Amino acid sequence: MINKVVSGADEAIRDIGDGKTIMLGGFGLCGIPENCISALVKKGVKDLICISNNAGVDDFGIGLMLKKHQVKKMISSYVGENAEFERQLLSGELEVELIPQGTLATRCMAAGYGMPAIFTPAGVGTEVAEGKEIRNFNGKDYLMEYAFDADFALVKAWKGDKAGNLVFRSTSRNFNPVMAMAGKITIAEVEELVEPGELDPDHIHTPGVYVHRIFQGSDYEKRIEQRTVRTKN
Amino acid sequence: MLDKNGIAKRIAKEIRDGYYVNLGIGIPTLVANYIPEGINVVLQSENGLLGMGPFPFEGEEDADLINAGKQTITTLAGSSIFDSAMSFGMIRSQKIDLTILGAMEVSENGDIANWKIPGKMVKGMGGAMDLVASAKNIIVAMQHVNKAGESKLLTQCSLPLTGVNCIKKVVTELAVLDILPEGGFKLLERAPGVSVDYIKQATSGKLVVADDVPEMILD
Repeated sequence: MINKVVSGADEAIRDIGDGKTIMLGGFGLCGIPENCISALVKKGVKDLICISNNAGVDDFGIGLMLKKHQVKKMISSYVGENAEFERQLLSGELEVELIPQGTLATRCMAAGYGMPAIFTPAGVGTEVAEGKEIRNFNGKDYLMEYAFDADFALVKAWKGDKAGNLVFRSTSRNFNPVMAMAGKITIAEVEELVEPGELDPDHIHTPGVYVHRIFQGSDYEKRIEQRTVRTKN
Repeated sequence: MLDKNGIAKRIAKEIRDGYYVNLGIGIPTLVANYIPEGINVVLQSENGLLGMGPFPFEGEEDADLINAGKQTITTLAGSSIFDSAMSFGMIRSQKIDLTILGAMEVSENGDIANWKIPGKMVKGMGGAMDLVASAKNIIVAMQHVNKAGESKLLTQCSLPLTGVNCIKKVVTELAVLDILPEGGFKLLERAPGVSVDYIKQATSGKLVVADDVPEMILD
């Protein structure tokens, strides 16, 4: 067994420096690497290029990094819930590249599968296609999109073992497995760190080979963005 | 004239037994409330769920279980969970039978704009561009005119496009319209109490009207 365990978020992100490209798992605030984000905010690292489906909210998630002006550029598909983000974007303080959600996921997947590029119909005929190579397959146009090249991927799992194998829970899985596969260095924070052998090999979502560092996270807030309920009867 | 629930109710009649359906945010979400008895459908949420169930009972919310609108939801017997790449894999490979989404503008050749107002709103396209580029059957649910009273059914979209030549049907508070392969909105049904002339005035793109346009049947 190769032991991937580090003491916590501070040690896990120790070599994330200014200007690095980092992927952050999660959809909205669901399944985000809360501990790693807090550690990055504490460390004060700057000029980051962040690849993440969303940009958090004003006071949680990536929003905490935006507030401290640590992000130079966001690559996302939807950034609608963050007023500070919108302010920085419209004032030109922050660069943003908006790309289709499926393209975002598949560019992660391509990196993890060792493929340099993918072809997708998403964005053909729109401004997303500007400057991109178009190929026609079976009568339909597709855009060539490159695999992401990220220095670090920060993901959040439900359970993980010391060998780096990960299991996700419910829809907090989202982008986490594909980003875990795509980082040059992948850091996983987990709600429950267990001994090798405790997770059924048949139930592993992300094999430990993709994970370089893993730690037991703490104090998860797991904030709900839109609490919607029904009443009994 | 229909309210939002009326639009959702009319669209629900387009759903067939055995469909896998992706519902967008807004009016499309309401469609789930009007799926007819005896029709079995599976709702896809593109953040990674097939078999989306209703909102949880109060106190049973699970932060790890949300839909693409970030609302707390539930699973059903037979639900499955997957990652974002697979979610768009099933969209791209046309395993999803029907996509229902909102729009700011639709053109008479089936173009749609719903993700950006230059200089004003920059929320992003989310999964909309992937959905409209691949889905075989797309219905747009929207208001016929915008808040300024301008038609949203146009000859050409003025806003940045989400997809080209992809929308097949539009349901608004006034009408049900098909987009013809050769271009143009074909008026299929009128909302209760709405005249053909009223719909003509509210439609800026080419409107094709038959001699007799029936009223919608909602129940």
